[in-house]
Amino acid sequence: MARSIKKGPYVDVKLEQKVLGMTEGKSKKGVIKTWSRRSTITPDFVGHTFAVHNGNKFIPVYVTEFMVGHKLGEFAPTRNFKGHSSKKM
Amino acid sequence: MARIAGVDLPKNKRGEIGLTYIFGIGRSTAQQILDKANISYEKKVNEWNDDELTAIRNIINDELKVEGQLRSEVQMSIKRLLDIACYRGLRHRKGLPLRGQRTKTNSRTRKGKRKTVAGKKKAPKK
Repeated sequence: MARSIKKGPYVDVKLEQKVLGMTEGKSKKGVIKTWSRRSTITPDFVGHTFAVHNGNKFIPVYVTEFMVGHKLGEFAPTRNFKGHSSKKM
Repeated sequence: MARIAGVDLPKNKRGEIGLTYIFGIGRSTAQQILDKANISYEKKVNEWNDDELTAIRNIINDELKVEGQLRSEVQMSIKRLLDIACYRGLRHRKGLPLRGQRTKTNSRTRKGKRKTVAGKKKAPKK
């Protein structure tokens, strides 16, 4: 079920502050390391690069404007399935 | 013959059903259109006169996205998902269900016909 509109999009407070701080400092170059896969991407995030944890390592995600409204976790897959082995011994 | 939005409507069906032959119009949208045009659901497609036909056409033109336009919109949204490489986009690429359904069994609509894997043991018969 979708989240109530009344509440607005969910963003981890700490992450949001970090992003806003970096935007003010005009340094969009740094990578923001985060475990907060559950945070929604807001328009403020556009142009930043995030290192999103996938449970194992950090996946670099460069945020474009088309990604707004999705969650950070959607861009860092947690499973890595390469297909079944072609021949069984 | 009634021709709306580039589609020939079946002559002998009730208006409510006939309109659903247009891509993008289902039962409830068809009913809304007929309500707005003040036409009974029961009236057959070939019983509509020219005024009624124009009324329906205008409603569809002004308020709805149907057929080619709608199809391209759907394609565009899928393409967006593919381009940003989000989870749903990846699932589209692999031809698997997007919304967290199980794939151990079922999901045949997305996965297509069964592909038998050689060397896989069958369950022993009893």
